[in-house]
Amino acid sequence: MDFPVLSIITFTPIVAALIMLAMPANRKNEVRAVALASASFALILSAWVYFNYNQTAAGYQFIEKYDWLPALGVSLHFGVDGISAPLVLLTGVVMFTGVLISWGDDNPHVMAGIQDRPREFFAFLFILAWGVFGVFVSLDLFMLIFFYEIAVFPMYLLIVIWGWSVTREYAAMKLTLYLLIGSVIALVGALAMYIVQYQNTGALTFDMLKMESAGFSQSFQIIWFLPVFLGFAVLGGIWPLHNWSPDGHVAAPTAVSMFHAGVLMKLGAFAALRVGIMLLPEGAKYWQWLIMAFAAIAVVYGAYIAFVQMDFKYMVGFSSVSHMGLVMLGFATLNRDGLLGSGLQMFSHGAMTALFFAVVGMIYDRAHTRQIPELGGMSKVMPFAAVGFIIGGLVSMGMPLFSGFVAEFPIFMGVWREHWLVAVVCSISIVITAAYIMRNIRQVFFGDLPEKFQGHITDITFLDKVALTTLCLFMIVIGLFPKFMAPMVQTGVDYVLRLLGGS
Amino acid sequence: MFSSTMFASILPEILLLLLGMVILIVEPFWKEEKRRNVGWLTAGGLIASIFISLAFAQPGEPTSALGGMIRFDWFGFFFKMLFMFAGAMTALLMMDHQRLGARGEAYLLLLASLIGMNLMAVSSDLIMLFLSIETASIPLYVLAGFMLGDDRSTEAGFKYLLFGILATTVMLYGFSLVFGFSGTTNLYQLAEMFRVGAITPLAAFGILALILVGLGFKAAFVPFHFWAPDVYEGAPTPVAGFLSTASKAAGYAVLLRLFLVAFPNPSLSAPWTLTLAIIAALSMVVGNLLALPQTNIKRLLAYSSIAHTGYTLIGVVAFTQLGAASVIFYLAAYILTNLLAFGVAMAFSQATGLENLEDYAGLSRRSPLLGLMMLSAFLSLTGMPPFGGFVAKVVVFAAGIQAGYTWLVIIGVLTSVVGAYYYLNALKFVYLRRMPGEDEASHPIPLSRPYALALVALTIGVILIGTIFAPWFNWADAGALNLF
Repeated sequence: MDFPVLSIITFTPIVAALIMLAMPANRKNEVRAVALASASFALILSAWVYFNYNQTAAGYQFIEKYDWLPALGVSLHFGVDGISAPLVLLTGVVMFTGVLISWGDDNPHVMAGIQDRPREFFAFLFILAWGVFGVFVSLDLFMLIFFYEIAVFPMYLLIVIWGWSVTREYAAMKLTLYLLIGSVIALVGALAMYIVQYQNTGALTFDMLKMESAGFSQSFQIIWFLPVFLGFAVLGGIWPLHNWSPDGHVAAPTAVSMFHAGVLMKLGAFAALRVGIMLLPEGAKYWQWLIMAFAAIAVVYGAYIAFVQMDFKYMVGFSSVSHMGLVMLGFATLNRDGLLGSGLQMFSHGAMTALFFAVVGMIYDRAHTRQIPELGGMSKVMPFAAVGFIIGGLVSMGMPLFSGFVAEFPIFMGVWREHWLVAVVCSISIVITAAYIMRNIRQVFFGDLPEKFQGHITDITFLDKVALTTLCLFMIVIGLFPKFMAPMVQTGVDYVLRLLGGS
Repeated sequence: MFSSTMFASILPEILLLLLGMVILIVEPFWKEEKRRNVGWLTAGGLIASIFISLAFAQPGEPTSALGGMIRFDWFGFFFKMLFMFAGAMTALLMMDHQRLGARGEAYLLLLASLIGMNLMAVSSDLIMLFLSIETASIPLYVLAGFMLGDDRSTEAGFKYLLFGILATTVMLYGFSLVFGFSGTTNLYQLAEMFRVGAITPLAAFGILALILVGLGFKAAFVPFHFWAPDVYEGAPTPVAGFLSTASKAAGYAVLLRLFLVAFPNPSLSAPWTLTLAIIAALSMVVGNLLALPQTNIKRLLAYSSIAHTGYTLIGVVAFTQLGAASVIFYLAAYILTNLLAFGVAMAFSQATGLENLEDYAGLSRRSPLLGLMMLSAFLSLTGMPPFGGFVAKVVVFAAGIQAGYTWLVIIGVLTSVVGAYYYLNALKFVYLRRMPGEDEASHPIPLSRPYALALVALTIGVILIGTIFAPWFNWADAGALNLF
């Protein structure tokens, strides 16, 4: 490619962050304008990449390669395939909507948006986005970990500074330490792969395309698959290492929750797939049962815990654990259907959970409570948010005509092929999900508006509506026209299957 | 006997000496209130010396110079440049120190110590080595106790002196044993004697253990670390920064040359590297765990510097070229980072007179720039990209794994997570906490020009080494090549 579109996407957020940090602190609206402009720019470019990806050619496209540290074989090697291109698009979408949601509201009763130091907020958020884009497009293991770690540390500051004051210090530290332990363990595994591939081939390189054919011995793969896969999967919220995630989501400010559940958890899943399964396929086959067991527990257990939550945001947080469990479950099948479903589920869940957190944030900013029993009748004052949440809920339940069905159906098909019992057990989660989503819709959005809320709860802003519409659009389009995304993911899955030995 | 190589090999030291003489001459003529400008002179002179040396004194093929006393190679040269840069930054940070800033002799002592460190990096003879170590140390004893009348500074000076003398004596005993066994003091001849078996592995092990005491004191690794927290806390902050960076790196320069050049015998390696590996593991564990409860930022940085010694030592334990290169790279990144951290502490205590962590509450609102600099320094110490600390840790760990020390690397990564806890905890004060009952806007923290210059330069350096790391690593690698 002549036009280095992937590096431009990747480096847009960091350039924007530096520009924002250089602006005077009191020019809040100018800072927001820069954030919105650069987020839109990144969204347009990532959409351009998505629509210009050649599905017949498949494989990695838009490849760019610059030597970065030749002495150790580190290069800036960018490229997207059928699995990562949708995730790049997702990042663009969530970044764009996150900025809109954080814009704020002129109404003094509403605590919406980021009013305290928006300059630092958007700068840190964009540094996070820089890391996320970097991971999705990197084909170099060193740079992948580099960007992965970049995506970890701004979370701490974003949560601890702008988060929910009750739990933010605890949740931010817990989240950071969990993710760091995971990433450093994965780092050791990555370095072991690097050294062994050097011993095998005599070439020092972090290039993952070369590592795929490095000839790692079976015992090596079996030893290192678990540290690498689980190390990254911590960020994907895999049971039993998911504990940081609901706490982190709840403590984070709205845009960060959206980013975190919407994109960052995909980051963990994607890295686990890219480094764990694709570079160590034999290890993946050996440990398949364990990953499947963990994922199945996450699916059912997450849904059940979500069901018993009284706090709206915790409910959404645990539903993320359950849905990310489905992604991991799809990975664990190691077959075509399961992987295809996982690829779609990553996008679908990203858009859906971002929408959930956005709506939760809108309600909390106005009602100042998230206790489900205290809420009610919200559809009367904010009908738009109610419609958005219901669409998200239908996606979450896996209703046909919405993206959730397109994603979950293949996962269950794939799981059934591996073991019917797991599929049966996991399908319980669909029932539980339907139960808590329905209950919530009824309790929060319908019924009578409690007296204490009458009068001072206002409708959401125009920008909020734009954000919700954008997210809903993707979920409906994919649901109605699976061809919009499924064939593309399929090309990426074919590549993974080749590495797995054409199962 | 006089040749251009000989001249070039000690050009940086000659320039430092000239600079010192200029300071000695002009300082008495300056009025009391202008004496602070000696700092500009020192820093400017050091930076100029770096450029002159880069232009005229770059080493080519490694050669011996001055009758085998020093080795003129890229390894030593790279370290010299690092020391001089650290010296320049320290001089800038000293300028606004109440007790140091207007005292010309402080800068002179700094330069004297730098000459010693420069020679430490190139010495290839045990006698030269000992002299240079003493030249580097004695001015630092004085500087650490410079604030007469301040009990803590006096204590720091004395503690450093007593520990230092003890450690040096033990090391000197080791040196004498080397001479007794082999009849030579030249490191490169020693390698030959060792290869032919003039020194048995057991004797070599004992000798190296004795020498390690002296170097372990300089580099502050466990169990020779006890002086570090007290001395860092008591010494003037810029001096503490210098001690924890340049002085530590000088210890490593000697350690690398001595262990990799003079005693390369594989039959010795197994128990010896195991000893070093255990020391590395202990340093990482003890440093990080003891840093957890610290409330004073200088003590925190002292324990963190002990931990970082441990990480650096992983590269030495590897005993490979990648290992040596990773050590040099790590030290370069660490010098920039830790100087930045001490610089921020210095600038803050200069404006407020405080140095406890809880006093940093509201810093990011009082001075967003200083807050960001502290963020850069602490995240780099944590080992987060895009700062230097990340790449440095990765190469050190890669070297460790390549040499088969996976267990050591796993200890390293886990303790670095412990490290993340206290670094992030410190940042919590900076970014989250508010000044109790005060409006931060009415308590800005002014940055004087030398601080602004030094801190901005260091911040840019920390980010540069963490993003565009190829040139730095290539220099480190070229240096490491000289040892094999």
